[in-house]
Amino acid sequence: MNASLSKLVGGKQGAIGLALLAALIFVVLPLGVDIFRLNLVGKYLTYAFVAVSLVLLWGNGGILSLGQGIFFGLGGYGMAMFMKLEASDPITTKIQTTPGIPDFMDWNQITELPWFWHPFQSLPLTILAILVIPALFAYFIGFAMFKRRVGGVYFAIITQAIALILSILIIGQQGLTGGVNGITDLKTVLGWDTRTDSAKYVLYYLNGILLIGSILLSKYILNSKFGMLLLAMRDKEERVRFSGYDVSNFKIFIFCVAAMISAVGGAMFTLQVGFMSPSFVGIVPSIEMVIFCAVGGRMSLIGAVYGTLLVNYGKTVFSETYPELWLFLMGGLFIAVVMFFPNGLAGIYEKYAKKFKFLRKLSDTDPLALEPVKTADVIPANEIKEMGAKA
Amino acid sequence: MSNTDFVLAIEDLTVSFDGFKAVDNLTMYIDKNELRVVIGPNGAGKTTVLDLICGKTKSTSGSIKFRNTELTKLSEHEIVRAGVGRKFQTPSIYENLSVYQNLEVSYPKGRGVWGSLFFKRSEEVISQVKKIADEIMLTDFLDMEAALLSHGQKQWLEIGMLLMQDPELLMLDEPVAGMSAKERDQTADLLNKICKNRSVIVIEHDMEFVKKIAHKVTVLHQGKILAEGAMDKVQADEKVIEVYLGH
Repeated sequence: MNASLSKLVGGKQGAIGLALLAALIFVVLPLGVDIFRLNLVGKYLTYAFVAVSLVLLWGNGGILSLGQGIFFGLGGYGMAMFMKLEASDPITTKIQTTPGIPDFMDWNQITELPWFWHPFQSLPLTILAILVIPALFAYFIGFAMFKRRVGGVYFAIITQAIALILSILIIGQQGLTGGVNGITDLKTVLGWDTRTDSAKYVLYYLNGILLIGSILLSKYILNSKFGMLLLAMRDKEERVRFSGYDVSNFKIFIFCVAAMISAVGGAMFTLQVGFMSPSFVGIVPSIEMVIFCAVGGRMSLIGAVYGTLLVNYGKTVFSETYPELWLFLMGGLFIAVVMFFPNGLAGIYEKYAKKFKFLRKLSDTDPLALEPVKTADVIPANEIKEMGAKA
Repeated sequence: MSNTDFVLAIEDLTVSFDGFKAVDNLTMYIDKNELRVVIGPNGAGKTTVLDLICGKTKSTSGSIKFRNTELTKLSEHEIVRAGVGRKFQTPSIYENLSVYQNLEVSYPKGRGVWGSLFFKRSEEVISQVKKIADEIMLTDFLDMEAALLSHGQKQWLEIGMLLMQDPELLMLDEPVAGMSAKERDQTADLLNKICKNRSVIVIEHDMEFVKKIAHKVTVLHQGKILAEGAMDKVQADEKVIEVYLGH
């Protein structure tokens, strides 16, 4: 039991990194900032789900998806549809031509709730849909692509195209989806008002728990033989295939897991922010999420969370003062990270942690004094360090 | 085509790339426990034959039967699971993984998605990895990142990864390319050892090395068999001297 627990969190270093992140999310931030800003942090942390999913998919699997916004959006819209239906009860909407349907449907001369909205009247079905629909969609995309051995840049372009198509579809079908405005005026879940301060705290903590849960799930996958195979496939796909593995099945599976994790983030976004719109589905958000992941370190699950927080903090600070410069700055940041720090923040940390270890050996000081204290779940770097320790 | 006692029976195999026949009506049989070396000038179709056997390239016509199972209709991973292992020309190992992990990943259990998620590193796996590591002379390097191995050691590691699968037919494409004289000798010993209970096909250019290992030699030229038989017989063949060995 202990051995499998240690495998789950990734050894002592993984446990320390995870504990620090949990302390930041659950203690430091709630104590340090007011509820308005905490809600903002909560919103950023929903993007971190996508960044974590990209660590699995892109960092470890070598599959760059430029369309993770698709799944973030599907999850977010699922939750938004449920909340919208709850907000559109016949009494509140009695001035409409057809009471009991969402307001934007009424504006678009729709007189009956479309069939695909019906399941979202039930919370259990909604939660199921948030997990299953993105996974199924990812399965179909993955099956069509990976069985035909479409990969690399072609896969990236196709996912980007799908993200664009989906956002155009949502905008175009205004009566069914709320169009470009998205689904707004979301108030309650089973009568519980999500807009109060206390609800915001509850949702923030729920979001944090789900995020840590997703990281633990990802850690389990990466520490299993599956994770080793992901790295092997990224490196030498042919060799894996000619070792008796059906490579496409592994890619489809990890794509589905990544879709589900992203969708949970999307659903939490809707709950905390109170609306969902196509601007979180298309190309720009999908690429932004890749940048969060790259800045944090595409090999590090925990690094991806820090990357997301940092870039979004920067975005908030800079876009208030220089809104027109922000996109250029973000593009420049991405180029700089890819060129100079391919493993992002986690990579920089690893490098300096290693240096400390090296110094420690030279000076022979107390080993506890310089024990690395942040993320260290990059498999190759771990090995490098082990070798360093042996040499 | 009838069933045979051969491990591998290739009959009338042809593959044509836009009209160019890289392998032309080839017929070849490999016995149990045989170590066959395939030689021939560049472009003779040696690597293409291996590609056809392991399913990397699909044949235009003809049949490849492995223990009387038709391989031409199977996909790559099914062919591997049937018992055919193949080493590529350039060492093809997972550079980011340790030597240990390279071998462990090649262990033929947990080959499905769920199997790999719940795969346990059992005593059996560990002892098999250690046994193979000993055979390929990499016991002292198990924890090293594979990228840091020498070129020769990488070649051995890939052979070891195939041995982990315990294939009945092992195909090696230029296993001693880029190796030092000493490493070549060690590889020859290794190959002589591992062909004890399986059949091996080796593609090689180094004639000294071929002499050390070959039971039988097949000379390919322009996709066809030019000569086949014992090494000294092939070496004395006029046609072979003409197109390949030189005067």
